[in-house]
Amino acid sequence: MSQSYDRGLVEDFGRWQEFSAGMWAWVLHKFTGWVLIGYLFTHIAVLSTATVSGEVYTETIQGLESLLVVRFLEVGLLGVAVFHIINGVRLLFVDLGVGLENQDKAFYAALIATAAITVASIPTFLMGAF
Amino acid sequence: MSTQVPEQEAEAEAETEVEQEPERPPVSAHQQRRLAEKRERASMRQRAEEELSEADESVEIKVFRYDPEVEGKKDPRFDTFAVPYEKGMTVLDALIYARDHFDSSLTFRHSCRQAICGSDAFFVNGRQRLGCKTQLSDLEWPVRIEPLPHADVVKDLVVEMEHFYEQMEAVEPYFQTNEVPKGDLEEQRQSRENREKIKMSTRCIWCAACMSSCNIAAGDNQYLGPAAINKAYRFAMDEREGADMTEHRLNLVEQEHGVWRCQTQFSCTEVCPKDIPLTEHIQALKREAVKKNLKFW
Repeated sequence: MSQSYDRGLVEDFGRWQEFSAGMWAWVLHKFTGWVLIGYLFTHIAVLSTATVSGEVYTETIQGLESLLVVRFLEVGLLGVAVFHIINGVRLLFVDLGVGLENQDKAFYAALIATAAITVASIPTFLMGAF
Repeated sequence: MSTQVPEQEAEAEAETEVEQEPERPPVSAHQQRRLAEKRERASMRQRAEEELSEADESVEIKVFRYDPEVEGKKDPRFDTFAVPYEKGMTVLDALIYARDHFDSSLTFRHSCRQAICGSDAFFVNGRQRLGCKTQLSDLEWPVRIEPLPHADVVKDLVVEMEHFYEQMEAVEPYFQTNEVPKGDLEEQRQSRENREKIKMSTRCIWCAACMSSCNIAAGDNQYLGPAAINKAYRFAMDEREGADMTEHRLNLVEQEHGVWRCQTQFSCTEVCPKDIPLTEHIQALKREAVKKNLKFW
């Protein structure tokens, strides 16, 4: 009888503008999760080549820490990890069925806490980098 | 919500006009009626324009149009209608006005106009809402009205609901039990607490707004969807159904494309016009499923 067709724009990625808190939490949780997995593999790959002897290890770490971009990446990594942890706690509560009416506020709280912790970490990570 | 019946438009003038055309060849009664209707529509339009100029405020609605059966309407487009605004006017009222006065081919489902029948879920200003429950005054103007996303469009605002109904029926959305009270005329009682527990889940009106908003349901056609799982919750949590039945129901929803597909994005909970805490119910069924399968003794 009648056919349907692809509605294009109605259903495409432009809809991110209409996302609500729960959806953003999901998107960010997935994103940070993949970043952490990527980091863990790099972490193993890099450090496994550095565990030959104490000197090589120290040299590798010092070499990495002398790069400015690594210092900034560390701040980013902390932010990603902190968000993933806090939102993970929020998801635990969601799984337990506790406070589901406040899940959006919990997400905003997670964002604020992440921002605060990340900003507070900047002096530690960037000390002596410049 | 506005439930008032629109004022009846006078039809007498159109009928008298029919008789004043002597030079035309004799036309059948059917054709005469159609011509009269056509004139009636034309005068409706005229009246609408008068009403528009008299109205203090008019609202512009942009309506999605698509008709695969008519040449020239196969390409989807947006039609803009100006509708005289009245206090308390809903999205559905505006659509009805546009259809009655400007374009009788504008197609959409509606029935009760009081958020009970669940026929008029649309995508209004980028969100799934019930047309009859959404006040125009709560929206940004001009109002954009589209058919539900993630559903096949049949015509204009009408979407194919068959898949949604199939998913609803897959969870056996009706009361069944093998635990009947012993006495002959004894009633099957439900405790007040149990009724409270399932109260919200009984409010579903099958409008498919949740299904349309769900990101997972969009990508996985086999996923039961929030509405169906909510139905399963309504019966699985009902004490009167007995342990056997509850287990049967949990078997239905704990499949790969059942409750475990839910990623708690809360889209369904946010769009539900009956305020059913859908995510909460899905999570409760997940916990029940875990409890059923995890045994440490």
